Amino acid sequence: MDSVAQRLSTVGSANALELRGVTRLFGALAALVDVSLTVRPGERRAVLGSNGAGKTTLFNCITGDFPPSSGTIRFFGEDVTFFPPYERIRRGLRRTYQISALFPGLSVIDNVYLAVRGVSRGRYSFIRPRRNDTLVNAAESLIQAVHLTPIKDRLVAELAYGQQRQLEIALALAGAPRFILFDEPAAGLSPTERAELVDILSSLPAHIGYIIIEHDMDVALRVVERVTMMHNGRIFKEGSPQEIEADPEVQELYLGGGHG
Amino acid sequence: MALADSRARGASRAATQPNSQSAWLQNVNPAAVLVGVVVLIMPAIASGFVLTQIFGWTYMLGTIALSLMFLAGYGGMVSLAQMTIAGFAGYVVAILGVNGVPGGIGWPWWLAVPAALILAMVVGAAIGALAVRTVGIYTIMITLAIAAAFFYFANQNYAIFNGHTGINAVPTPVFLGVDWHDAIPSYYLELGVAFLCWLAVSYVARAPFGLALQGIRDNPRRMAALGFNVNAHRIAAYVFAAVIAALGGILLVWSYGEIAPGTVSVSAAIDILVIAVVGGIGNPIGAFIGALIYAVLKTFALDVLVAFGLDGNRFRLLIGLGFLAIVFFSPDGIIGLWARWRNRARRGSPRAQSTGGGHG
Repeated sequence: MDSVAQRLSTVGSANALELRGVTRLFGALAALVDVSLTVRPGERRAVLGSNGAGKTTLFNCITGDFPPSSGTIRFFGEDVTFFPPYERIRRGLRRTYQISALFPGLSVIDNVYLAVRGVSRGRYSFIRPRRNDTLVNAAESLIQAVHLTPIKDRLVAELAYGQQRQLEIALALAGAPRFILFDEPAAGLSPTERAELVDILSSLPAHIGYIIIEHDMDVALRVVERVTMMHNGRIFKEGSPQEIEADPEVQELYLGGGHG
Repeated sequence: MALADSRARGASRAATQPNSQSAWLQNVNPAAVLVGVVVLIMPAIASGFVLTQIFGWTYMLGTIALSLMFLAGYGGMVSLAQMTIAGFAGYVVAILGVNGVPGGIGWPWWLAVPAALILAMVVGAAIGALAVRTVGIYTIMITLAIAAAFFYFANQNYAIFNGHTGINAVPTPVFLGVDWHDAIPSYYLELGVAFLCWLAVSYVARAPFGLALQGIRDNPRRMAALGFNVNAHRIAAYVFAAVIAALGGILLVWSYGEIAPGTVSVSAAIDILVIAVVGGIGNPIGAFIGALIYAVLKTFALDVLVAFGLDGNRFRLLIGLGFLAIVFFSPDGIIGLWARWRNRARRGSPRAQSTGGGHG
């Protein structure tokens, strides 16, 4: 466990995320090749690329779902390359999944409550939460933030797809996130739901940075300051949304490919 | 795995809802009150034989099966080593306490019982540490291997476990001025322990620990991505289940006055699984319903079979056929049958329909 003083000392100076030469092999397949990436605290970034470009593998390496085959990952200055996922989450990293990864047998409020509990003490508590429990209240305000309050007692298995995507985001906002990885949060959403998503992303507190993987350019380019392009497991271009949109190489490889 | 997948449903629904006094009263099921009254006045209406052979067995085996229900229903981990932990705790109480084997240690029960519980927790943690690295059928295999290994060890080790004979002449303690070996006191002791274990499991299921366990059952990878140490949490569940199994095992020794390797045999381990599954692995009360059916069959099937001109020792055949029928028609056990019947009775209410549907 790092002390509060240690955390504070790293907040001001260090980058939120710093990847150096991260490579991930699956047998003979190189899903990520020598990826180096630096993201400042509070920075909002999009990662674009065709299917199989290594975007989700990049997320899995950052969260520790799969450790990288080589390279280092620093989170707010701390080397977390070999930390298990839960240690990274407790340090303020969050993620959402491309395919909703929720607890279908539990209610909406219990799903969010677990997320809030996971990044606080008392994970092994045998005492039920009481009325006006701080963590229950925290869970309820997160549900409010993603507009799910009317259905907070429903089982997640009964929720519509778009509602599950919103719940997915609520789980990622639990506790005090410092950096969030959004894996295609707009996939499968209706235009109205996309607009709501953009609202939620734009209204995040300024100190929370994120990386978003998104195929929908309307969503991606409206909510980020910088864009990283990936292709075949490598980063091949970085720039502002305007630069990326104007880049002929990018247009040929990606934007022209019928996406968006 | 159908067993691992017939999950405990709905237990968490009220977990994060404020539980005020009136809401708690509203949740009291009239059927539960009736069952409570019946089991409390049972000594007034039933013979000593029924109290010991049917209900005593139901409470003790039900408690051990409850520990499996907790692991399987809330944690998705089917452990066949719960009878082993119960038997181990029984052995510890017998060995450390007063017994008929020469050169015994002779600790009083109030030292032997805590020692047995603590050692059972250690053993539970060790079994858990091995088992949590596996999933589904491999968890069943590794815990089955542990159960078999402990049976053969106890059977062949004379220095500690007194081999095939086991430890005999273990007296039931006398405390609070009551001889707990008498039929009625032992009935209430076994009922009390079973009730407290049921209460503990039902309560913990909705506390953060149990809720997180259900989250791990549904999606371990996501739980890690929410900040939970999944394996440590699973091992903690094994420790909690070990305490419950150990309590059942200690009662078994006191009830029999002895413990032998047969108590921890592989077939006894499988009986616990059958009890939990027949009753229904989705609800803590299922363990006791399964145990009651088992005790009734074990006691009376012999007479019934003999009456039909069959070999009385074939009562296991009946249990096996019953198991087959239950797993085939209702993977969530008797409890599942009951829930479906009730839902059909009040069809139309969307809430009622949602509780019965296993996804899985």
